[in-house]
Amino acid sequence: MKLLLLGDEAIALAAIHSGISGVYAYPGTPSTEITEYIQNCQKADPASERIFCKWCTNEKTAMEAALGMSYMGKRAMVCMKHVGMNVAADAFVNSAMTGANGGLVVVAADDPSMHSSQNEQDSRFYGRFAMIPYYEPSCQQEAYDMVREAFDYSEKMKIPVLMRITTRMAHSRAEVSTWTQKDGSEDIRPQNRIHFPDNPKQWILLPANSRVRNEQLIKDKKQFGLDSAEDPHNSFTPGEDRGLAIVACGIAYNYLMENFPKGVPCGVLKLTRYPIPRKLVGEMVASGVHRVIVMEEGQPFVEDKIRGMIGSEIQVEGRLTGLLPRTGELSPDSVRAALHLNPHKTFPKDDIVVPRPPALCQGCGHRDMYAALNEVAAEYENSRVFSDIGCYTLGALPPFRAIHTTVDMGASITMAKGAADAGQFPSFAVIGDSTFTHSGITGLLDCVNSEANVVIIISDNLTTGMTGGQDSAGTGRIEGICAGVGVDPAHIRVVVPLAKNMEEIKNVIREEVEYKGVSVVIPRRECIQTFKRHAKEKKQQ
Amino acid sequence: MKKDIILAGVGGQGILSIATVLGEAALTNGLHIKQAEVHGMSQRGGDVQSNLRISSEPIHSDLIPYGKVDIIMSLEPMEALRYVQELSKDGWIVTSSVPFVNIPNYPDKEEIYAHLQKLPHTVMLDVEALAKEAGAPAQAANMVLLGAAIPMMDLSYEAVRDAVAKVFSRKGQDIVDKNIAALEAGYRHSVNANR
Repeated sequence: MKLLLLGDEAIALAAIHSGISGVYAYPGTPSTEITEYIQNCQKADPASERIFCKWCTNEKTAMEAALGMSYMGKRAMVCMKHVGMNVAADAFVNSAMTGANGGLVVVAADDPSMHSSQNEQDSRFYGRFAMIPYYEPSCQQEAYDMVREAFDYSEKMKIPVLMRITTRMAHSRAEVSTWTQKDGSEDIRPQNRIHFPDNPKQWILLPANSRVRNEQLIKDKKQFGLDSAEDPHNSFTPGEDRGLAIVACGIAYNYLMENFPKGVPCGVLKLTRYPIPRKLVGEMVASGVHRVIVMEEGQPFVEDKIRGMIGSEIQVEGRLTGLLPRTGELSPDSVRAALHLNPHKTFPKDDIVVPRPPALCQGCGHRDMYAALNEVAAEYENSRVFSDIGCYTLGALPPFRAIHTTVDMGASITMAKGAADAGQFPSFAVIGDSTFTHSGITGLLDCVNSEANVVIIISDNLTTGMTGGQDSAGTGRIEGICAGVGVDPAHIRVVVPLAKNMEEIKNVIREEVEYKGVSVVIPRRECIQTFKRHAKEKKQQ
Repeated sequence: MKKDIILAGVGGQGILSIATVLGEAALTNGLHIKQAEVHGMSQRGGDVQSNLRISSEPIHSDLIPYGKVDIIMSLEPMEALRYVQELSKDGWIVTSSVPFVNIPNYPDKEEIYAHLQKLPHTVMLDVEALAKEAGAPAQAANMVLLGAAIPMMDLSYEAVRDAVAKVFSRKGQDIVDKNIAALEAGYRHSVNANR
C-alpha cells in the first residue's frame, strides 16, 4: 500500500507493523507526531492488538518504562526531541549496559536551525557515547524500512538502538510503500509473548556485573561496526572523478542528489547507519581520493571522526573547515555552494517585508498572567522572573518582555531558588503545568526544604500547549502535588486569568511576594486552542 | 512534469489543507510528492510556509532550491513577498489581496500591491470575498486560492476537485460542496484573468 506520510508518521506506522507493544514519549517538536499517530491508529481501530500509547511525565520515565517492557520480552519504542535525550540520558546510557530483551528502539528528533528548540545538539553523540548502533535514515521510505530492521537488530544483538532524525525528515511528507506479504496482504507482525531475559545478571548493574558487561559491550560494538558496513542502506559508489569523494549522512544525501540529477560525478559514501563502517571508509580511501567532503546535519560529528580514520594526506572538509555553514540545517543551496556549482538566478530580497514573530494566541490565559505579573514586578526595583519551556516562553517578546531566563525543562523553579539563595528579591518562577510535572516537582521540594523565598507561578492551561494540546500529567492535581511536596496550603493560591480578575490576581501576587517563604500561585484557565477544539467536537456530536 | 510550490501564510490560516488536497491529487495521479511543513513554536501567529514538490520523477530534496520555485501560493500578500528570492525567473505568485495585520509595523498595503505587480507573473485576488460570493464560509478561502493556482500547475481542475471531495468527505457532503464551490470560484477567476 502507498501512503503519504510525515517522516514521524512513517516511523510510527513501521513501529505498529513491527509489532510493538508500547510507545513511550513526552511531547516535543519535532517528535510529537510519532506517538500521536499511534494513538490515532489505536483509536480508529479498536479491534487491533492493543499498544500502550499514553503520554509519559517526561523522557526519563518514558525511557525506563520502555526498558521495563523490553525486559518482559516485548517490543517498545521511545520518542523524544533531542533535548529530551538529556533528560533520559541516565536511563538511556545504562540501557546499553543492561541490553535489551524485546526489541527497543529510541527515536531522537534533532532540530538543527532551532525551529522550535533552545539548542542544536546532535543525538548521534549519544549513540556513540552509549556504544550502541544508531540509524539516520535519508528519506521517509528508508525511515519506515529501517524501523523494522532496527527492531530485528535490537533483538538479535540484545541491544537498544537509536534512530536519529531531524526536523526536515520528521515534518516532511512523502509517499511510503508499506510491507506486503507474498499474497499481497499487509505484513504486520504480531506482538511478542512475554519471556524474561536469558541473561538476568546483566540487568542488575552492580559493579561486579557491570565490569563483565562492559567488556562484552565493547566487543559487541566492533560487531555493530562490521554489520553497519553490510547494511544495504550504507554504500560507497565510486565516480568519474577519482580524486574526490563526498560522505553524505542522512538527509544530506538528498541535497547532494538534488544538485546532480544525472548522477554525482565523484565518489559518494552514503551513510545512514553507525558506527561508521570502517570497511566502506577503506573502500573510499582505496578508490584514490585526495579530498573528502563530509555533508551532515547537526554538528561535525562524522567529519571529526573520519579525519582520524584516514591518512593525513587526504584533505577532509565540511562544517568544521567552513566549506559548509557551521550552524543551521543544510539546504540544497548550501550544499550547492560547497560544491562550487553556480548558484541559481534569483529575484532580490524584498525589503518591504518585515518579520512576523510568533506570539501568544489572542485570548490565551498566559497573556493575563503576564499582564498582572508585569504590573506587580514593576512595583519592586529589581524583580527577576525565571521562566521555562512552553508557550509562555513567548512572554520574552513584546508586548510583555516579562521574563529574564529560559534554559531547560524545570529550570525556572530551581534558578529562582538559586537566585533567592544569592539574595534576589522578589524572585519569581513562571512554569506551565506540564513542564511543572515534567521536571519542576523536585525543584519545588528543594525550595520547601530550604524555605526559599520564591513566588512560583504555575500557569495552568490544563494541557501541553506548545506541542499542540496533549494530555498534561498533573491535570486536576497541581495543588495536591504542591501541598504533598510540603508547600503550606495557605500559600497555594488559585486564580482565574481573565482581564476582569486583574485586581484580584495582582493582589494575590503582591501578598505572596510579601510572604517570606515558598508561595505557589496557580492562574488556571484552559488553553484557548484546546478550548476551541473541544467546543467544535461538542458541536459535531 | 515537475512543479515546485511554496505555500505561505500566517499560522492558523489553513495552508496545510491546501497541501493535503494537493498531496491527495498527486498520489491518485501516480505522481511523486514531498511536502515539508512547519510545526511547533513557529505556528503561533507567526509566518508559516510549506515547501511542496510534485513530480513525475522521484524527488530527492524536501526543500526547494532558491530560484527554482514555480508557484508561490499565499494566503497573505506580504507573506507572498517573503519568499520572492526563492521564486524562479518565470515563476508565478498567486496570492490573497487581504492583509493579515497582527504586527504594529505592517507596511503600507498599496506599496505591497505595487511590489507584487512589478513581478512578471502575479495573480492577486480577494479570496475571502470570492468564497462568500460562491456561498462558502471564510474558512474555504484557502480553496479559492488553490483553485486560482490550478492553471499554473499541470494538474486538471477535475483532478484537484476530486481530491477536495475525498479530503473533506469525512466532514459531510455540505462541506464538500462548499469547498468545491470555493475551488471553482478561484479557478474561474484565474482563467478569466489570464485571458
